Amino acid sequence: MKKQDGFPWYGWIAGLAAVLLTMLLCVCSGSAQLAAGETLSVIARAIGGLPVEDGLYKSIILSIRLPRVLSAALSGAALALCGGAMQGLLRNPLADGSTLGVSSGGALGAALAIVLGISIPGLPLAASTGMAMLFSFGSLVMILSLAYAMDRSLATSTIILIGVIFSMLASSLLSLLITFSGEKLRSITFWTMGSLSGRNYTHVLILLGGLAVFGTVLVSQGREMNAFAVGEENARHVGVPVRRVKLRVMIAASALIGMCVSVGGSIGFVGLIVPHMVRLVTGPNHRRMLPVTMFAGAVFLMLTDLLARTVLSPIELPIGVVTSMIGAVVFVSIFYHSRKGGKSAC
Amino acid sequence: MLNAENITVRYGEKTVLDQVSFSVDSGEWWMVAGPNGAGKSTLLSAVTRGVPCAGRITLLGRDVSSYRPEELARQVGMLEQNHAAGYAFTVEEVVALGRYAHRTGFLRRGDAEGEDKVRQALALTGLQELARRSVLTLSGGEMQRVFLAQVLAQDPRLLLLDEPANHLDLIYQKQLFSLIGDWLKTPGRAVISVVHDLALARRYGTHALLLRQGKTVSDGRTAEVFTPQNLQTAYGMDVFAWMQGLYAAWQQ
Repeated sequence: MKKQDGFPWYGWIAGLAAVLLTMLLCVCSGSAQLAAGETLSVIARAIGGLPVEDGLYKSIILSIRLPRVLSAALSGAALALCGGAMQGLLRNPLADGSTLGVSSGGALGAALAIVLGISIPGLPLAASTGMAMLFSFGSLVMILSLAYAMDRSLATSTIILIGVIFSMLASSLLSLLITFSGEKLRSITFWTMGSLSGRNYTHVLILLGGLAVFGTVLVSQGREMNAFAVGEENARHVGVPVRRVKLRVMIAASALIGMCVSVGGSIGFVGLIVPHMVRLVTGPNHRRMLPVTMFAGAVFLMLTDLLARTVLSPIELPIGVVTSMIGAVVFVSIFYHSRKGGKSAC
Repeated sequence: MLNAENITVRYGEKTVLDQVSFSVDSGEWWMVAGPNGAGKSTLLSAVTRGVPCAGRITLLGRDVSSYRPEELARQVGMLEQNHAAGYAFTVEEVVALGRYAHRTGFLRRGDAEGEDKVRQALALTGLQELARRSVLTLSGGEMQRVFLAQVLAQDPRLLLLDEPANHLDLIYQKQLFSLIGDWLKTPGRAVISVVHDLALARRYGTHALLLRQGKTVSDGRTAEVFTPQNLQTAYGMDVFAWMQGLYAAWQQ
């Protein structure tokens, strides 16, 4: 019998079901509790193009909660997928958009747009969104160019080192901007801490398009990432075109992170913590691990966002603060137990 | 099978390999020997395009630089001297990676004989019992066997071994060299291995390349290369007398 080493079709269905159930829970829950049946009916009618009765339900579900929950699900899936891919590619469990400076670069771009008052008439979000994506791309290009100038083989250790230095530089430039931002301070700080409040269907479409294109690229590179995760030299010896794969994965991941940063700001720890938790269950084989990571990331960020908007209601916490607090505790716990048990969490 | 002409490798100002030439035919087992820093491992890296080099290397009549990575991997397999897997892959998963270059089609799903090759490689290296174990729990010697199994599953025509006896106890050293000797009996195959142990090189090699500071001291059949004179030139000491002394101690 042929062995199944990839992600089976029933895994995709189970993952999708988990995401949809969590989505329903999150759309129903909040300061106003909504009935699941009623919520489903409103969404189904809206999707089917049938008339929906005007009222509070319609407004809360279709205009406020659904786009927000969808943004959380897609951002979570994308960030976790990027983290898992980078950790495999760079053979480093600490690799992530935030540790490589891609997120910080994107945040810097958006903050610059706010401070300099850059705007596009008629498209209020386009300037900060565009700048975040541009700077995420730019950060990656700069990191890879510097790494290439120092080391033609683009060794992962060089990329990580330059990424960490770049991340620190971008963060200090961001602090500098905050110092001189005057009355725009609140807008920038809230944005750098991450928030999915007020997201609309344009944001959902941006994330959906990004995940469909770049997410597919990342998931399709599972075999190559397995080879990288065993060792870059070994990957070359078994026939993986290492430079091409590395560039492909890094560009796809940075584009996706740029899109997430442009929609929800800096949401840390998702790309770090979710792949770790998933790896404990699925093992490190990226052909199984990456799809599960994607679903788990979606569920994780939807629940975290629910917590952020309900735990101290009516005050809403920045989602980045909540993910970092949960992430730090879970991360330490995983490492503590795995080291104590003499077993690697990786 | 492999023809290397005037291979020169420089790391910055330093010349690590200087105009080295040799030619490997099917059925031959070349032993590359010499003191530390002679350029032995660099030579293997040059063959697999791991380092940029001047000169010309042809494999099966074609310049190695014209091979696509997976094409080269189907012809040349390399066993490194140090291994450290980053994550808890199973032994079987690491060995199966050796089939990467043989996979074809969309998402590299097709490899008709892949499972058989992996099973055979696990059996040949005595790893069936460990197939489901995490590679992070293995000893250095077991790890060496895992990557040997991977390169056997890769099924190349030319096998490059960089100090293959590293981490192996005497029993496995003997098994490894016998196994490679058997592997070589299939027509159309050849081996190049870097070795420090000249006794093993003399016993198993058909040919040898003796290097010193990146330059060729001698190359050809092992009996012609490992002469007292050549060894004195390569190592700067009377290797022959020293080794004879070692064996004499055993005879007493």
